[in-house]
Amino acid sequence: QESQASGLPEYIKIVEVGPRDGLQNEKVIVPTDTKIELINQLSRTGLPAIEVTSFVSSKWVPQMADHKEVMRGIERHPGVQYPVLTPNLQGFHSAIAAGATEVSIFGAASESFSKMNINCSIEESIEKFEEVAKSARNMNIPVRGYVSCALGCPYEGNIMPAKVAEVSKRLYSMGCYEISLGDTIGVGTPGSMKRMLEGVMKEIPLSALAVHCHDTYGQALANILTAIQMGVAVVDSSVAGLGGCPYAKGATGNVATEDVIYMLNGLGINTGVNLYAVMEAGNFICTALNKKTNSKVAQASFNTGTIN
Amino acid sequence: NVVPTAVKINLINMLSETGLQVIEATSFVSPKWVPQMADHTEVMQGIKKLPGISYPVLTPNLKGFQAAVAAGAKEVSIFGAASELFTKKNINCSIEESLERFDAVMAAARAASVPVRGYVSCVLGCPYEGKISAAKVAEVSKKMYSMGCYEISLGDTIGIGTPGSMKEMLTAVMKEVPVGALAVHCHDTYGQALANILVALQMGVSVVDASVAGLGGCPYAQGASGNVATEDLVYMLNGLGIHTGVDLQKLMDTGTFICNALNRRTNSKVSQASCRL
Repeated sequence: QESQASGLPEYIKIVEVGPRDGLQNEKVIVPTDTKIELINQLSRTGLPAIEVTSFVSSKWVPQMADHKEVMRGIERHPGVQYPVLTPNLQGFHSAIAAGATEVSIFGAASESFSKMNINCSIEESIEKFEEVAKSARNMNIPVRGYVSCALGCPYEGNIMPAKVAEVSKRLYSMGCYEISLGDTIGVGTPGSMKRMLEGVMKEIPLSALAVHCHDTYGQALANILTAIQMGVAVVDSSVAGLGGCPYAKGATGNVATEDVIYMLNGLGINTGVNLYAVMEAGNFICTALNKKTNSKVAQASFNTGTIN
Repeated sequence: NVVPTAVKINLINMLSETGLQVIEATSFVSPKWVPQMADHTEVMQGIKKLPGISYPVLTPNLKGFQAAVAAGAKEVSIFGAASELFTKKNINCSIEESLERFDAVMAAARAASVPVRGYVSCVLGCPYEGKISAAKVAEVSKKMYSMGCYEISLGDTIGIGTPGSMKEMLTAVMKEVPVGALAVHCHDTYGQALANILVALQMGVSVVDASVAGLGGCPYAQGASGNVATEDLVYMLNGLGIHTGVDLQKLMDTGTFICNALNRRTNSKVSQASCRL
């Protein structure tokens, strides 16, 4: 009742990207067994979607070299989606062969970022993904689209909302069921989030939008709040805030799932996720990585011995 | 670790150059209770007081008030709590009694034309009582406002609040105290501070407390963070197009200075991100 009265969504779907986006940006190479155990623990928390791995060449992303083993090794809980990244048609076929039932593709709202990241223009990258989207459509495999640099680019700086809207629209009309708008370097604030969403909402229905906020400048929760105040009901996050920012050495990256859930719980918004169970999974992976959690909720809770 | 007086003075002087208009300098509390603030007189007398900048100090009683004014203080702060148990554990009396003790300070301040700021602790939760009713916060705030405090700073002492509880609390308090006299003092212990501050701003609050480099941990959760970092707050306000008059770079430099002096890492994410690029 509380969330309804305030105009906020009653339910928010959390897409857990820790095992992929998180681990991909951690220096320590994690053994396959550990990845599988992490994902299995996450599957028991109530999370509705867990991004498992990336079918990318191990030359580029050594952390994801064991994509097949991970895909085949995890428990598949009913009602939980297990999307995987597929950067091209080859990766897509490999993913399907390994048992994937949902895939993700990505574009950027910045030409420079696209060039520096994957050495081609936005248009060229989208054309490559059209092949994947077409095959996926033929096989009834849902496709999620990511748009990077939605609130700023490490090379270009400011990014126009109209550009984000344009790229989102391309991905959506290609058949992506959902577009995840990523603040890749975490530079956004509630001001730029609002302007960007207003631009994108002209082209894409609200129910097909998600936000993927990085906490590099500590703005993630405020940005997420702004997005959900505007009706966005899908939020990406990473257990324990796994995954630093590759563009600012030592800086943080993904927002911690625990901290997001704490906020949504406080707002009376249903997520279906057990916060304590996520904290335990976070504790597991941080121990395995020998690192401190980036989640403030986890830091506060484990130190007082009480969960609020 | 007790910080040398010279470092404190330098910190405050650097903050005075950033555009900040209010800098809480020290506390005129007995060194028995708070050894870190034992040099309150030296600090007060040692800092450069720039025109247009306020340097309020905490004064827990009349004796502290008199010492503060003698040392040159032009503004003081008093504090109450929205939790009976917190007040009992902290200063061994009831909320009512704690406010009565401030009557003498208020009278003296009025006579000396010294403005008084009021703090209310535990507005979104208490380490002992748990949930705190918004009505209680409103009651304590109203009392302190009618005692003569020009501003009431509502503190989420253990950082437990979320935009939901912030909204509920402010709605109740705003029935008793004009929004122009309200401030929020959010702790970031659960990472909620900026989201809570955003909600407060959306409701019309326009005074926000913050701490450079996020100095000050939480005494109730070992190792956990406390105050929200001023740098991260200013970054958000800049992005919202809200004017603060604060130079973010100078602020970050000040944060770097004090962290080096304390031999510790900053709690500001903006600082962490920026210095590496």
